[in-house]
Amino acid sequence: MSPSEHDIYEEHVLDHYEDPYHRGLLDHATHSDEGNNPLCGDVIHIDLKLSDDGKVQEAWFDGDGCVISQASASMLVEQMEGKTLEELKSFSADEMLALFGPKLTPNRQKCCLLSWRVLQSAVHSPVDADADTDDNEGPHFGGPSLSEES
Amino acid sequence: MNMPIETPPRAAFDVLKYRADFPILERIVADGKPLAFLDNAASSQRPQAVIDAMSDCYQRYYANVHRGIHTLSEESTDYYEQARRGVAQFIGAAESHEVIFTGGTTAAINTVARAWGDANVKAGDTILLTIAEHHANIVPWHQLAERTGCKIEFLPLDENFTITDEVVADHLQRLRPKMFAFTASSNTLGVEFPVQRWTSMAHDHGSRVLVDAAQAAPHQPLDVQALDVDFLAFSGHKTCGPTGIGVLYGKSELLEAMPPFLSGGGMINQVTTDGFTCAALPDKFEAGTPPIVEAIGLHAATEYLTSVGLDAIHAYEKELGSYADRGLREIEGVRIIGPEPDLKAGIVSFVINGVHAHDMSQTLDSYGIAVRAGHHCTMPLHKSLGLSASTRASFYFYNTFDEADRLIAAVAEIRKRFAPSGRKRRPRNA
Repeated sequence: MSPSEHDIYEEHVLDHYEDPYHRGLLDHATHSDEGNNPLCGDVIHIDLKLSDDGKVQEAWFDGDGCVISQASASMLVEQMEGKTLEELKSFSADEMLALFGPKLTPNRQKCCLLSWRVLQSAVHSPVDADADTDDNEGPHFGGPSLSEES
Repeated sequence: MNMPIETPPRAAFDVLKYRADFPILERIVADGKPLAFLDNAASSQRPQAVIDAMSDCYQRYYANVHRGIHTLSEESTDYYEQARRGVAQFIGAAESHEVIFTGGTTAAINTVARAWGDANVKAGDTILLTIAEHHANIVPWHQLAERTGCKIEFLPLDENFTITDEVVADHLQRLRPKMFAFTASSNTLGVEFPVQRWTSMAHDHGSRVLVDAAQAAPHQPLDVQALDVDFLAFSGHKTCGPTGIGVLYGKSELLEAMPPFLSGGGMINQVTTDGFTCAALPDKFEAGTPPIVEAIGLHAATEYLTSVGLDAIHAYEKELGSYADRGLREIEGVRIIGPEPDLKAGIVSFVINGVHAHDMSQTLDSYGIAVRAGHHCTMPLHKSLGLSASTRASFYFYNTFDEADRLIAAVAEIRKRFAPSGRKRRPRNA
């Protein structure tokens, strides 16, 4: 049985949507990446500032999309600041879904995991590095894709 | 814009009588709320008559067709070919062998793009489409372009979400396309294009015509001879019939001249170690075991729709769609993606300031209202309108004005719910 919307749009989710943490672009980002969910049009951009000793000094996001994609991005960048690179890399999709909170159907999990996917690929995308770094080489996650029937 | 409020002629069409033919519409969803199924452009529901026709086949006479010399195979073959004659009649085809059963509209258009396209289109030729096409009427032509080097051109929409005859004539004159492939009725905008006029104009410029009737066949009468189209495609599952079946109509002489698309059993006359000869129409395009029970179900669906009356269905849906369109237009922040009601049928797509289509659709579900959110397989159209997603309510003749009222009221409430209200995030470490 699918969760009802009352479960999904919890107060803290709507709070993050309306009053997000670190929404915007970061000057002097060391790492940066962007991704989208073509079937719904959600877009997330993530900027990171990693310190020389491998810690996330700052994490910012920008983007456009549904409540789930934008609120989850806010929660994620807030959670990741101060973490080591190793901690960030080991932060799993399941942990992302748990951080978000409300139980999501597989289709909406894609919205929630978009920022997580972009974050994981951003650490491999240093700013000013070779421009041909493939931004689609982030980790893959399971779950069905949004259906394409009309 | 203030529209005069008209009282729709609700008594003229006995929607509750037809509604009772569809068992699934009794379904209760979302904490006890009755289902309002407004996702019919994606797929319709089926009346009991279709469900019964299919289970009757499975229970009494199912066997493979055109193969066995035994009672069940002969009965199945008889029903399968009756279905072809029934569908031919439904669309006004001159000959039943002009009706090819395919997997759906997508398979039908792919058949034309492959079999007709590869034989008739070469580098430098043009295929003309509209920007409002479903991906099923774009991607097969992109693939043809990859194979042959032909060009794909798109007719743009004007500010009224339609395309004038002048623009069509100009493109036909200038581009001299080999094929003009367009939808009879847009699955996103609801706009209905003038099939007969455009077909005649295209023929005057030496172009063949394929009409995507996926959103037309379920909702309006079609007469392929009067329309004079060369090819026409539609799906069973949007037409009260089963999934897994669609129809490719083609003029005899064109189908005769085309090479087969899929090949294997059933489509041959003779096979030797050196090669094969093709079967005659329609078998030539029906390789493998066809969708037998689905064809029988589709036949039951076309008979059911004919008994309701396609003219009556179209008139009722226009009233209902128009009513929903006007109600939604009055909600602050709502932008309708489509023309004024008089140019379209029962499809109302919209975007709303501050509420993403997915959140709208998800929240409508909690009201028991099923709609579609996303790009509805029309990404080029959405991009041309500067959008990535919209919410679409698509009505069928079994939907009611009460359901339209529920939709309008729910959208107004949802807009308020997601509007900025001075919320403050609680810091994580506080």
